[in-house]
Amino acid sequence: MTGRQKILYFIYLHRTGLTVIGLSLALLLFPLFEDNPYTLGLTNQIAINAIIVLGLNLFVGYAGQISLGHAAFFGLGAYGSAIATVDFGLPAWPAMALVAALVGLIALGIGIPILRLTGHYLAMATLGLNFVFYTILLQWDEVTGGPSGYYGVPFLSIGSFEFNDEVRLHYLIWGVALLALLLCLNLVRSGVGRGLAALAGDETAAAALGVNTRSTKVKVFVLSAMLASIAGSLFAHTYSFISPGSFDIFVATDFVIMVVVGGMGSIWGSLLGAGLITMLPEWMDIFETYKDFIHGGILVLVLMFLPQGLVTGLIEMGKTRLALRKARQGRQEGSGC
Amino acid sequence: MLKLDGVSKNFGGLPALSEVSFTVPQGQLTALIGPNGAGKSTLINCITGVLQPTRGAIRFRDEEIAGLPPHTISRRGVARTFQNLKIFPRLTVLDNVLTGLTNEGGSSMLMAMLRLPYLRHRERRLKLRALEALDRFQLADKANWPAGVLAYGDKKRVELARATVGNPQLLLLDEPVAGLNAEESFAVGEQLKLLRSSGHTMLLVEHDMDLVMQLADRVVVLDSGKCIAVGTPDEVRRNPLVLEAYLGRMDATA
Ligand SMILES: Nc1ncnc2c1ncn2[C@@H]1O[C@H](COP(=O)(O)OP(=O)(O)OP(=O)(O)O)[C@@H](O)[C@H]1O
Ligand SMILES: [Mg+2]
Repeated sequence: MTGRQKILYFIYLHRTGLTVIGLSLALLLFPLFEDNPYTLGLTNQIAINAIIVLGLNLFVGYAGQISLGHAAFFGLGAYGSAIATVDFGLPAWPAMALVAALVGLIALGIGIPILRLTGHYLAMATLGLNFVFYTILLQWDEVTGGPSGYYGVPFLSIGSFEFNDEVRLHYLIWGVALLALLLCLNLVRSGVGRGLAALAGDETAAAALGVNTRSTKVKVFVLSAMLASIAGSLFAHTYSFISPGSFDIFVATDFVIMVVVGGMGSIWGSLLGAGLITMLPEWMDIFETYKDFIHGGILVLVLMFLPQGLVTGLIEMGKTRLALRKARQGRQEGSGC
Repeated sequence: MLKLDGVSKNFGGLPALSEVSFTVPQGQLTALIGPNGAGKSTLINCITGVLQPTRGAIRFRDEEIAGLPPHTISRRGVARTFQNLKIFPRLTVLDNVLTGLTNEGGSSMLMAMLRLPYLRHRERRLKLRALEALDRFQLADKANWPAGVLAYGDKKRVELARATVGNPQLLLLDEPVAGLNAEESFAVGEQLKLLRSSGHTMLLVEHDMDLVMQLADRVVVLDSGKCIAVGTPDEVRRNPLVLEAYLGRMDATA
């Protein structure tokens, strides 16, 4: 190998790690170039969505299940942190962990019975749960503040350092998002991750290979719910005001759309999907007005033409082309004798 | 090794297997033959937990496994292939084979997320073994291809590599050479011989009689869900019941 080849091989071998480092650096420097609080507020929103979409993509894209109810876990995290810190006076960080653990338990309790369902039935059931949760938020107003929302959630802080402006929040939220990204990347590159992919591919085959399909589905469901809860806590501490509209079924479907647009079973795609769908209304006014129409349309188009999702679908098309071309070349060389 | 005792399976009242009893001795290749619809695949599904037998006992290494979930049976060392190919088209060939090592990869989600050094070492070892298995089935040069683009014969061998990579105690093969051309069948046959001589215990479902006669230590014949003969290939070939059930019908359709 020449020196150049060695470098290229090193890059290829460590591509995942290097990409993470590159992204971290870019995010570290980002506030130096972009200090407009509006823009930073948007990228912070992307990071919060990305945390949810990462977990949801494990459940939808890897394990091959569907959930139209993850806005509920997001909301449980947000309201949980709000109530724990304001009403119970708990310190914010332990409250966040406690709420995430509770949401994990709730997801376990829901997941065990509900994940016996598959396909449309699972979609309907999770959608129903989200709707129930939304209704509770609206109706139980002595606890949740009802339709007018919940005010006065404190900022997070470390010692006397408060995460109270967009730049500080940028580092906090993207820090958590990168951590979630790293954990998810590790997971899918492990034996457990292959088990998930097997589960999505063919449940019977996966089970025959030793994958405990029932418990795997439940575990991923719980994990994704806990990530959504953490994102919800961050959301509450970022805006200090939360209201039911941020956790309704349209938000839940938006998360699925982010998964689908980014690419099912693509960890990097999760970031991209969260970014694209969060930014769309900013780029074009028309997306703002007809948001739900357009999101629905995108979903239909992607599922019709690239059922694996946008990024994964395109990558897979490329890989297939490459493999087929190689096969053809192989045959031509073979026939030369 | 494997002992079936009065295994029956009904599909909504219709019997697909009735009172099937035979044993698969350790270190031998037992062939399971029978006309189409005899219940061979159903039997394999019952042994591997994909289906629950309606009645009967299935003992594997002196433990009852009938009714256990498939992943538990897999963890005890039973591997299989499927008649209608169940590979994962979106995964690479290498990853497909690696799923055959699920039982050795560790199942803790938390450990996997932390990617501790011991797991990284284990991954590397598993990868080497998967590559060796691919080599045995002449697939090493396609390790990084998505499995979905392979030709049928290659897919069939990916499934075989996946089933054998974990060195299972018992290997159940449901028609491994069906749909392969003569050359490919021959290569798979050679692989099966190698597996047999290295002491693997196998139950082979196959319609290709040449292959069965060549490889099998013992042959079990099923017809309409009943076990009608057990014996050496020669005994079975001469058994009038078998000729009637199997060859007689083939004459009638020919
Ligand atoms: N899931 C099912 N539901 C209902 N009937 C089934 C089911 N699976 C198999 N059968 C029936 O059970 C009988 C045995 O089928 P099986 O697939 O086990 O046969 P086989 O011996 O493997 O045949 P082949 O050589 O064609 O593979 C057939 O009559 C089939 O129609
Ligand atoms: Mg069959």
